[in-house]
Amino acid sequence: MDALLQFIFSGMTVGAVYALVALGFTIIYNASDVVNFAQGEFVMLGGMITVFAHQAGMPLPLAAAMAVVAAAGGGVALNRLAIEPARSAPVVSLIIITIGASILIRGAARLIFDKQLHRLPSFSGDTPIRIMGATILPQSLWVMGGAVAVFIGLWLFFSRTLTGKAVLATANNRIAAQLVGINTRWIMTLSFGLSAAIGALAGVLVTPITLVSYDVGVALALKGFAAAMLGGMGNPRGALLGGILLGLLESMTAGYLSSQYKDAVAFIVILAVLFVMPQGIFGKKPVERV
Amino acid sequence: MSLLEINGLGISFGGLKAVNDVSFSVKPGEIVSVIGPNGAGKTTLFNMISGIYLPGRGSVRLNGTDVTGIAPHKLAEMGLSRTFQNLQIFQEMSVLDNVLAGFHLQERGSVIADLLSLPGMRRRAANARDEAGKLLARVRLDREQGQKAGNLSYGALKRLEIARALALNPRILLLDEPAAGCNAVETEEIDRLIAELAASGIAILLVEHDMKLVMRISNHIVVLDHGEKIAEGDPATVSRDPQVIAAYLGREETEAADADG
Amino acid sequence: MTAARGKWLQLAVLAIVIAALPLIFPSGYYYRVGALIFVNALSVVGLVILIGLAGQISLGHAGFAGIGAYACALAPAHLGLHPGLALVLGAVVSGLLALLIGRPILRLKGYYLAVATLGFGILVSMVLTNERALTGGPDGMAVEDIGLRPLLRDLGWRISGGEFWYGISGIALLIGAWMALNLLDSPTGRAMRALHGSEVAASTVGIDVARQKLRAFVISAVYASVAGSLLALQNGFVTPDIAGFMHSIEMVTMAVLGGVGSVIGAVLGAAILTLLPQVLTVFAEYEQLVLGAVMIIVMIFMPQGLLPSIMRRIRGRGE
Repeated sequence: MDALLQFIFSGMTVGAVYALVALGFTIIYNASDVVNFAQGEFVMLGGMITVFAHQAGMPLPLAAAMAVVAAAGGGVALNRLAIEPARSAPVVSLIIITIGASILIRGAARLIFDKQLHRLPSFSGDTPIRIMGATILPQSLWVMGGAVAVFIGLWLFFSRTLTGKAVLATANNRIAAQLVGINTRWIMTLSFGLSAAIGALAGVLVTPITLVSYDVGVALALKGFAAAMLGGMGNPRGALLGGILLGLLESMTAGYLSSQYKDAVAFIVILAVLFVMPQGIFGKKPVERV
Repeated sequence: MSLLEINGLGISFGGLKAVNDVSFSVKPGEIVSVIGPNGAGKTTLFNMISGIYLPGRGSVRLNGTDVTGIAPHKLAEMGLSRTFQNLQIFQEMSVLDNVLAGFHLQERGSVIADLLSLPGMRRRAANARDEAGKLLARVRLDREQGQKAGNLSYGALKRLEIARALALNPRILLLDEPAAGCNAVETEEIDRLIAELAASGIAILLVEHDMKLVMRISNHIVVLDHGEKIAEGDPATVSRDPQVIAAYLGREETEAADADG
Repeated sequence: MTAARGKWLQLAVLAIVIAALPLIFPSGYYYRVGALIFVNALSVVGLVILIGLAGQISLGHAGFAGIGAYACALAPAHLGLHPGLALVLGAVVSGLLALLIGRPILRLKGYYLAVATLGFGILVSMVLTNERALTGGPDGMAVEDIGLRPLLRDLGWRISGGEFWYGISGIALLIGAWMALNLLDSPTGRAMRALHGSEVAASTVGIDVARQKLRAFVISAVYASVAGSLLALQNGFVTPDIAGFMHSIEMVTMAVLGGVGSVIGAVLGAAILTLLPQVLTVFAEYEQLVLGAVMIIVMIFMPQGLLPSIMRRIRGRGE
């Protein structure tokens, strides 16, 4: 029983990170129909920039803020320099472009920073909190709290602001959105910036627990994508739920089955979901018109 | 005996009945036209008959066999062939290759033979190529056969699609607006081609907006409105039917009234 | 007629290049690089059939290369099979596996297909990494020599290992290219191109779309498997990296880089991407940076790939 609770805690923590990556995927996918395989690199950038700015003497909150802003800038640059010029390219080209971007960002990070593992001090100490025989790190609460805060923030943004509604309208029908005067180009810029910022925030929050190095992005991108697909591509609620679910499945697998194959869970889940219900939990079934 | 028998066919999209309880039949050598205002459900009906949509209700029988919900490529093997209202041409392939694709059932064989270019494969392909050449000559596209299909004019693409459909050597041919976008000369050619095909014993099911063409060549007409069959019969009967006249003419009046209100 | 002539022209060009390249090799090391290019090109030719012809994507074909490679490592060690037969066994296993997973996977389209194949590839590489007892884990395992060179020596033909594998890989590539070019201009090839253009229209002319996609998937899996086997045999060693995500990405990038519709383009793409790290060894630090930039730039400015873009430029100047 204690063990189960322990696995749930660790699963929720990782799951919250996956959820944040999945939310990033969702925002870009909705605005542009592009699946951004470089999404994991923003998480890496968030962690790495914070680490190096902090080491250079910057206070942690300032370093974190700088990392988030810098990553957002990177997201905007990615859109302007690589995605926009290839708007009408086929899916294969877009996949290669975003994977190319991910390799490029990784290579740049290796050059600018280094190849070492880095850690950040926890935000509120390292004393574990005891709950019903299990323990949880205060930093885990930061991660989960961060995911919930981002989700609520996004929900308010999409439901209460005009810009948020413009994003939704663009996601629904790009041409119709253009016709009613929405600047869809600006919406895409915004989406890439927002999604990169969310990824970077996840990186800042989780680095004290999992550490960071230049090459953590690939695995995170793939798992975040698995989470997004599990919940139903393009659905923010699905991204959150898919992320948590994937995190829980992984920690249960590691705990009860095999820690070696914990990373396989994400891909078994992807395949199972795609075979059984390709739309995911919250997705809609597309109707093909002839 | 009927070659194609439609019985109580219906389908709904999101609660809306796009086609409801439509029945009729087509005999070999007969030309049956389905007419009706835009949005009456004609193309949806075609998509159900040719296996692209799974019907929600009712049945389709081909030559006495129940083929409801059978995949399009199986129906093609059973002798059903069709064209599309909005053209489904293989744009990146040559004109000749488009027609050769229509000979797929005839020229297909073992994949090993294809990989190793065995004589059997070459013979099959050569036969198909000869016949494809004849078909292209029949629709007057033989000079364009080396061109990329995407470069052809609209009217030529319409003829190419008919040639591809004929390559299957069908027993029943579904033509979805074959004359749409064609000029008077082209329309007349298509008119003649359809009559020839019917005379050779092929059953023709036609959707067409050109009423003169429909009235001239059809043996039997089925009228759809709002997804339901409102009338059927020979051209003379249908053109006098008050419900049909209301469906075609009345619409404009109600639309005008709507606009006023 | 012209298609057939084009086929023999392409094969002749390829054969001449393979035969003539050693004339300009400054050292024996270049035989190894050449052999690597041909092996990579072989798997990329398989992807040309899948991506270029049938219009389906796979980000997991390194998984099949891994199966081919490990078949050559494991079967001789555990089953006492000759390494040459192990290559055939690997190809059969890859083909059967592709047949098995292809049905459900190929119902998917676009990103979903990409991610499902990606998941498959990663699962294969995970098994190879984790089953240490069998595969030696991340450190990899040795591969038995194919034993043909001593045979040639007995016949009085003394060639170096580099030369031997250069020849074998070159011949394998020629055979692979010949079969792909045959397929391109065959009923099956036409059916694949047709479904690439319009699945609905393809099915209404009697093409069993699912079956044709499956054929393309299985054929390309066998190509990848044979290439993986050849790589393992000539290196005498194999690690799970051969089945890794990055290898899958490299394969697709090679295919798209050269021009995904053409066999010669596949060879060109493989050559460029294989040579890139060799050229950059001095700047190893920059390898990823350059690779990423190349992928983005080519996709933006030459979406059809290098070869078609170059051909168009040449024709444009001719007019």
